[in-house]
Amino acid sequence: MGLTASSTGISASDNGLVVKKRSPNDKIIAVAGNPNVGKSTLFNALTGLHQHTGNWPGKTVASAQGYCKTEDFDYVLVDIPGTYSLLAHSAEEEVARNFICFGGADAAVVVCDATCLERSLNLALQVMEVFPNTIVCVNLLDEAKRAGIKIDLALLEKRLGVPVAGTSAHKKKTLRSLTEKLDKVCSGEITTNPRKLRYSEPIENAISIVEKVVVKRNSGQIPARRLALMIIDNDASLKEELRNQLGGDFFDEELDAAVSEAHRTLAEAGITTEMLSDKIVSCILQNAEEIAHGAVSQPAKKLPKIDKILTSRALGFPIMILALMVIFWITIVGANYPSEWLGSALFWLGDRLSDFFVYINAPEWLRGVVVDGAYRVLAWVASVMLPPMAIFFPLFTLLEDLGYLPRVAYNLDKPFCKCKACGKQALCMTMGFGCNAAGVVGARIIDSRRERLIAILTNNFVPCNGRFPIILKIISLFFIGGAIGLLGSFLSAAALTAVIILGILMTFVVSRILSATILKGEPSSFTLELPPFRKPQIGKILVRSLLDRTIFVLGRAAAVAAPAGAIIWVLANVSIDGASVLSYITGFFEPFGQFIGMDGVIVTAFLLGLPANEIVLPLAVMMYMQQGVLAEIAPSQMFELFTANGWTPVTAVCVIVFTLMHFPCSTTLLTIKKEAGGIKWAALAFAIPTLCGIILCAIISGISRIIA
Amino acid sequence: MKSGEILTKRNCLSEMKIGETAVVERLLIHGSMRRRLLDLGLCEGSVVKCVGKSPLGDPSAYLICGAVIAIRAADARCVIIRGI
Repeated sequence: MGLTASSTGISASDNGLVVKKRSPNDKIIAVAGNPNVGKSTLFNALTGLHQHTGNWPGKTVASAQGYCKTEDFDYVLVDIPGTYSLLAHSAEEEVARNFICFGGADAAVVVCDATCLERSLNLALQVMEVFPNTIVCVNLLDEAKRAGIKIDLALLEKRLGVPVAGTSAHKKKTLRSLTEKLDKVCSGEITTNPRKLRYSEPIENAISIVEKVVVKRNSGQIPARRLALMIIDNDASLKEELRNQLGGDFFDEELDAAVSEAHRTLAEAGITTEMLSDKIVSCILQNAEEIAHGAVSQPAKKLPKIDKILTSRALGFPIMILALMVIFWITIVGANYPSEWLGSALFWLGDRLSDFFVYINAPEWLRGVVVDGAYRVLAWVASVMLPPMAIFFPLFTLLEDLGYLPRVAYNLDKPFCKCKACGKQALCMTMGFGCNAAGVVGARIIDSRRERLIAILTNNFVPCNGRFPIILKIISLFFIGGAIGLLGSFLSAAALTAVIILGILMTFVVSRILSATILKGEPSSFTLELPPFRKPQIGKILVRSLLDRTIFVLGRAAAVAAPAGAIIWVLANVSIDGASVLSYITGFFEPFGQFIGMDGVIVTAFLLGLPANEIVLPLAVMMYMQQGVLAEIAPSQMFELFTANGWTPVTAVCVIVFTLMHFPCSTTLLTIKKEAGGIKWAALAFAIPTLCGIILCAIISGISRIIA
Repeated sequence: MKSGEILTKRNCLSEMKIGETAVVERLLIHGSMRRRLLDLGLCEGSVVKCVGKSPLGDPSAYLICGAVIAIRAADARCVIIRGI
């Protein structure tokens, strides 16, 4: 169990820990810190990048680098994934340690959380020990102030022996103290003199035995004393890294003998190898406590009142469902009008485009491919799919920034545990609402490989941003059709929530089945941090995620929907033996489509929608139109188009179920192949939901036929 | 990963009620979970407070080193505590 080198080591190292300098004079700065201390926010503020931030530990799984310029220097900032320690228990920690020890950085910044400084100091002390040129950045000062925590930064600086800068990363002005100190450290104006950590006597004795040998050779940037301790701590991965970095002859007989002697000294004092790591950690924690004592004054902390409600026995679950419903309701109401406006504007523009082609005497086939094919599908994507996607996404981001998602994971851990999976799976699941590929990458926060694979394979049961508008549209066309206004939007939101709950139930069922079959095992240990609620940067989120989402969807629509539309037009207008090629294709899938309660056109649309789910519905509309039952329709006439092509409420239910449960889009499949480490897992991720969808749809249509 | 000792009714983290505070006496857990707990600041001598239980009763939330951490009863059973 646990992380394997092949699963995360590779992905962690290919995520940018190779530093790219822009000029040879650039100073390299390693930015380290505990998970969820606002490291990415700080990084974004310094570099002007837009790394996604969210209020939960492990949000940043890939490391990034960015550039930052001050009066004195140009910096390359390397964002190292959040870790609690450098003792290399996990792949991320190994990456962090190797970069800090051997990455060739000019200085390191350890970002600490002012609201729980003692724990952050634990990492800061470890970094300072291996890398003296360290600056401690106490972040989230404003949050700490609100919580009544007082921190004496000057005293802290004196005790640590390295520069300390206090910041609140989302306020750019506060970053000045950090960049000033960075300049001074890099120019040599400040020389750091890190506090020496005192260990217990037997450990100190062991250190001095090995240190004597280590001082005699080149140990790179690492102080000999610390390197000695690392060698005694007997870490196999470190040994290999040291050989790579300091030369294969670093470990010779002399050093080996010294290490054996050190181990003997420790054993005489009753300290075994396993206990040693423990003792080291508790020594560091003790040091952190001593440093914090008097420098930090903290009022007694309680679980916020709001948490008592959000995670209460009576209200925990109802609130989660309500939150989902409210988000959907806002999406439905908000998307309604933009959808209509965009529809009429784009279709009017389409007509003018068509006129233009006629005016310049362009051949009919060209007008058909460009206007009736490519442009029209694009217009359908923009008018029907884009508005709900663009509204839902920022709302979801707000909830994420607030810090509600870890509460969901906390509430849902027990059912996940019963399915022999990990509660953190709830975090990836909710990420899936935004994008399944992001949900799959997010599964990296789950330590156990077995549980991570379960989370990856079941992520698709939550409909992503590209799929839920399909469900939404069909619900409002076929089931809420009569009810309009407030009641209608409320009913739509309730029905959509019910569909999502079905998807979540399927997640549980399939997780349980996987745990009993191909991914057999028991749930492993689990810790989850519940971060304090943070006020989201509402304006910034709205603008960024709205803009990002709109550009992303339009970009993908242009890349995928337009060519697909053009191809369909060609297929519909090229005839063999008096029938169009398209009708042969949809005819081929017709029997299968009927079997699962749909038709050949819908099945073809789902298959063509593999690159992007948001084109499925527009493609189906397009194919129906080309088959000529209704040649010209506006978005408001979708219901007439569908019923004219034989849709019944049963067809609608089957399409909803199949939208919820079918193969993930190609991007997600590629991500799964990369994250899970093998095409086998991508194939399973393709097959499992598709099979579930086919079986459920076949049952629904079978029952409806029997009743009829 | 967990040690052979099975605790039932002794003073362990899982027996704490909401609002109670205690000092950690011993960690009877090994391997990666022990590391995780140490990283989070849960070691011999540290102070913990039980601050909540999830809607279904498990996991529970503890205040450790200034942060709220959720731990399952199965793991909390292996952390021996004593009252202050």
